Amino acid sequence: MPGKTYVQTNINGEHVDFLCEPRQSLLECLRDVIGLTGTKEGCNDGNCGACTVEMDGRIVTSCLVLGVEAEGKEITTIEGIADGSTLHPIQQSFLENAALQCGICTPGFIVASKSLLDQNPDPTEHEIRFWLANNLCRCTGYDKIIRAVQDAAVKMQEA
Amino acid sequence: MATTRDYEPNVVLSNQDYNVVGTRPLRPDGADKVTGRALYGADFAAAGLLSGSVLRSPHAHARIKSIDTSKAEALDGVRAVVTSADFPQGGEGPVLWQRDNVLASDKALYRGHAIAAVAAASPHIAEEAVSLIDVDYEVLTPVTDVQSSMKGDAPILHDSLMTDELGEKADKASNVASHFQHVKGDVKAGFKEADVVIEREFTTKTVHQGYIEPQAATALWNNDGRLHIWCSTQGSFAARDACARILDIPVSQIRVVPLEIGGGFGGKIDVYLEPVAALLSKKTGTPVKLVMSRADVLQGTGPTPGSYAKIKIGAKKDGTITAAHAYLAMEAGAYPGSPVGAGAMCVLAPYDLENALVDGYDVVVNKPKTAAYRAPGAPNAAFAGEQVIDEVAKAIGMDPIDFRMKNAAKEGTRQVHGPTFPRVGYEEVLEAMKSHPHYNAPLDGPNQGRGVAVGFWFNIGFDSACNIAVNADGTVTLQEGSTDIGGTRASIAMQAAEVLTLPYEKVRPTVVDTDTIGFTAVTGGSRTTFATGWAAYEAAQDVRTKMIDRAAQIWEVDADTVELEDAVFKSKSDPELSMTFAELAGQLGRSGGGITGTAAVSPSGVGGAFAGNIVDVEVDPETGKTEILRFTVVQDAGKAIHPSYVEGQMQGGAVQGIGWALNEEYYMSDSGTMDNVSLLDYRMPTSLDLPMIDTVIVEVANPGHPYGVRGVGEAPIIPPTPAIANAIENAIGTRLFALPMNPAAVAKAVMDK
Amino acid sequence: MKWIDYATPHSVREAVDVLSEAGGRARVMAGGTDLLVALRAGVYDIDLVVDGKNIPELNEITYDPTNGLTLGAAVACYKIYGNQAVATAYPGLIDAASLIGGTQIQGRASLGGNLCNATPSADSIPPMIALNGTANIAGPNGNRQVAIEDFCTGVRQNALGSDEILVSLHFPAPVANSGANYIRFIPRNEMDIAVAGAGVSVVLDNGDIKEARVSLASVAPTPLFVQEAGDAIAGKPANDETVRIASGIARDAARPITDMRGTIEFRQHLCEVLTRRALNTAIERAKENN
Repeated sequence: MPGKTYVQTNINGEHVDFLCEPRQSLLECLRDVIGLTGTKEGCNDGNCGACTVEMDGRIVTSCLVLGVEAEGKEITTIEGIADGSTLHPIQQSFLENAALQCGICTPGFIVASKSLLDQNPDPTEHEIRFWLANNLCRCTGYDKIIRAVQDAAVKMQEA
Repeated sequence: MATTRDYEPNVVLSNQDYNVVGTRPLRPDGADKVTGRALYGADFAAAGLLSGSVLRSPHAHARIKSIDTSKAEALDGVRAVVTSADFPQGGEGPVLWQRDNVLASDKALYRGHAIAAVAAASPHIAEEAVSLIDVDYEVLTPVTDVQSSMKGDAPILHDSLMTDELGEKADKASNVASHFQHVKGDVKAGFKEADVVIEREFTTKTVHQGYIEPQAATALWNNDGRLHIWCSTQGSFAARDACARILDIPVSQIRVVPLEIGGGFGGKIDVYLEPVAALLSKKTGTPVKLVMSRADVLQGTGPTPGSYAKIKIGAKKDGTITAAHAYLAMEAGAYPGSPVGAGAMCVLAPYDLENALVDGYDVVVNKPKTAAYRAPGAPNAAFAGEQVIDEVAKAIGMDPIDFRMKNAAKEGTRQVHGPTFPRVGYEEVLEAMKSHPHYNAPLDGPNQGRGVAVGFWFNIGFDSACNIAVNADGTVTLQEGSTDIGGTRASIAMQAAEVLTLPYEKVRPTVVDTDTIGFTAVTGGSRTTFATGWAAYEAAQDVRTKMIDRAAQIWEVDADTVELEDAVFKSKSDPELSMTFAELAGQLGRSGGGITGTAAVSPSGVGGAFAGNIVDVEVDPETGKTEILRFTVVQDAGKAIHPSYVEGQMQGGAVQGIGWALNEEYYMSDSGTMDNVSLLDYRMPTSLDLPMIDTVIVEVANPGHPYGVRGVGEAPIIPPTPAIANAIENAIGTRLFALPMNPAAVAKAVMDK
Repeated sequence: MKWIDYATPHSVREAVDVLSEAGGRARVMAGGTDLLVALRAGVYDIDLVVDGKNIPELNEITYDPTNGLTLGAAVACYKIYGNQAVATAYPGLIDAASLIGGTQIQGRASLGGNLCNATPSADSIPPMIALNGTANIAGPNGNRQVAIEDFCTGVRQNALGSDEILVSLHFPAPVANSGANYIRFIPRNEMDIAVAGAGVSVVLDNGDIKEARVSLASVAPTPLFVQEAGDAIAGKPANDETVRIASGIARDAARPITDMRGTIEFRQHLCEVLTRRALNTAIERAKENN
């Protein structure tokens, strides 16, 4: 009878350990094993970006990463974006720009946008759209999301 | 790719200013949604929770001869298996169809039709168990498009379904569930008067709402007989009533707790998982959670119809339309009930016509039972109607906006299906389009084109309830039952704040369950800000009256000498008598007790919404790829309570329309199955496929609402497909008559020219 | 997904041993962006996933202007286009690496994985063929090389034995006056699988095409190396007429099917358009690169 694998990893700056079956994706482990439900499932095959997390400094679709692959990695999820009780400028910008309607894609977009601005603090509109093309939104038509990222970029550079 | 920075985007053409209404505060559920804390359907957890999985038919049309669940039941970790036999039996017509759609009984009517379900210790075990259920199918020939299904030799889906032909029941089985007509004047005579008559045929394919969150529901059939359901839904009461009907239990035995919902657009009004989870929970005695996969969503929920339309329009050289005939046939999916009726109400609505005829056909096909998708039926009809309008305008040499202005529906115009328009803002929308910088900007390249189109959606009212309680610190809590898909918590709270003259931050709205609020109809039909807003308005008026009475009582004056302005109660007779809302709130306990307000409304003054698009495209003639260069949405919102969220509805609906126009379709195989069951090949627009979507909110107040609100959610999806078709025609000189206008179709049109 | 076991060898030797023991019931995983989707869909029936990302040779990127580029099979796309020297020397590879999937996919997907999947629509294979790439394979009997145009043998079939592992890809150093380009046609602007794709390379000599290689995606059971297209234009002046000779041959060589991504006619038409456009870009790049 095959057993579970013990995984040790770092999530949002904290050491986290858990048990999982090799077939369970990182997305499943985050949501169902560890209890971090902020990362969402939209398609389970890498096409919608709702499950986006940052792993060792790069954004990935966690539905296409196995939980066992998290061993030794540094992972940032939506739950780790705010600084304690202070929202990250990107989170604040999404609210001020009404860049969310139903909000299901928002965690993925925030993690992806933060990764963009960490690497490219002053992106053009085209660069933003290209970077975020792996994140689908069905409610907003993207307009206010792009404006929110542009706004956050300005605020973060001023700070 | 062009951006639209040259002029001020997102304009609000307002005619009345309020204190709170019309401002842009932060939504109250915002912090939860940007931090991942908000709980959506699949996030729900409970002690003892089991995971479910659904077996779905691989065949588009088959008789179900037997179902053997024994191997699934024997799998380690499986706790229950259910089929339709576990439902209470009986019923016919819509009641039976609704239950059969949730779990098929004698026939599988589409690939993806739910057949059985399993509850197990983990989702992987449940998935494995489902693969062990043996179903003996007698495979039948499917029919999957509306025109084939209307023919005499089509395979019949329902032996008992006979056409309701203009009110008379036919006597043999058919796939045409009904044929109705709307008649105004005499179209034959009208066409004779015309100088130009154009008739064209159009087809559209099945398209899905594309909400990013798959359906999810958890049910607990408790030991006391009460059924609790936690789900993502556009209507907790609708879900409750549907489950009561299917499970044959009183509504009072069911409590539906709406969780946050990740998009619906009409597709999360019908129930799919809730009754199944309930059956499984009844057997296991524990909570059972069912979550759909993306493939389940595409194959097992309710897309919007594919359709066929034939539109004939005649006009005089001076631009007067003399007659119009719209023939609309829409796919209902596996059971009757396509939105052809709604499409028929909208197709000719923008036009003041003396002579008009609409024929509508509701047709079943072996595809998932269709569900509402944002102004259901109207986009299909507009793709056809607005293109013929465009062609007629060209034929008589008239600007397409001027042509529409010449024939514009207005207050007093009688629509083809009977009602007369009250005050509507259609002419104002046309004027805003005509004078917009976009319409007057030059196109600056070969293979570029511009198109316009308009659309109308009637919007609905129906029931909403609201409760408000005053807190001792001068804030109020507000309970309402409209699940919040797009920011309506804010727009509803703003209307209450306006009445109470409080700042928005002092109103704390909560969306509550079916045990906690009066009956509230769905979050859909563009009704929420209108009707639930009205309930909040009335409940706030109730609170306002009671607070004024209390102030009067404390001051020992007549209530009609007390007024409330800017959150201060004042005596009209004695200027010394004044206290703030918060001060009065703090005294309620010792002056007679707390104050609450309540309302249950079903407002009748619904205002319809007109929307228009201006779109610029660039076509690569060698590949057929169409790039959207610039897109402007103009819409009459009556009054934009929260302009940012009104803009959001306009932009979101526009982009769904763009996807519908250029790429989205159910690609059907010969055996009636959908080949492209993933978001890789069901192609919805990404951020890279679009420019900014500029918006102009026109405000022609709806006289039927205290703040003039007209529903805004649905009208935006209607004009994009014809506007883009008109733009492509302008770019390449050829018109496309079928959706989607994907690169292969456009390239072929260019080559065939 | 049905049950799988997971192994993480730390050397090529160890990986080969694990694969040999598994007797055909294992597959190697690099980025996993194709493998996990395929496993969930039941495309492969295996018991063991062997993670290649902890093997040093599969992670290396070594480039010098004499010996060329050795690219580990598991190197993710973002590392390739993020490597300045490689990006400058091999823009044809970067074309593919930067358009597979989207940003998140590129955070994991590798060119080696793309090659081993051996799907006809793989975006990286035509440019790898155009750039004369070879595959370095390790097995129980030692190492061997296979030209990339010979690596794919059918739909999702490749030249690897079940006990072999793709270690790295090798590309010769770019010569002066050479240029390469990969373009594909997709209905959206990102995220889609190619309806058709063309990967080409040219070497110029005084305004003439000295040699050219043309390869196509999505128009045959495997990525197609259209040798005759390149051969037909060798020695001809690098102009529009010459380019159209090659693009015409490419169109005629294509053997597409009709499926949910495109019809036969559309794909044939696109082969000509894409080959022509890619050759024009490659020629421009070759002119700048001297």
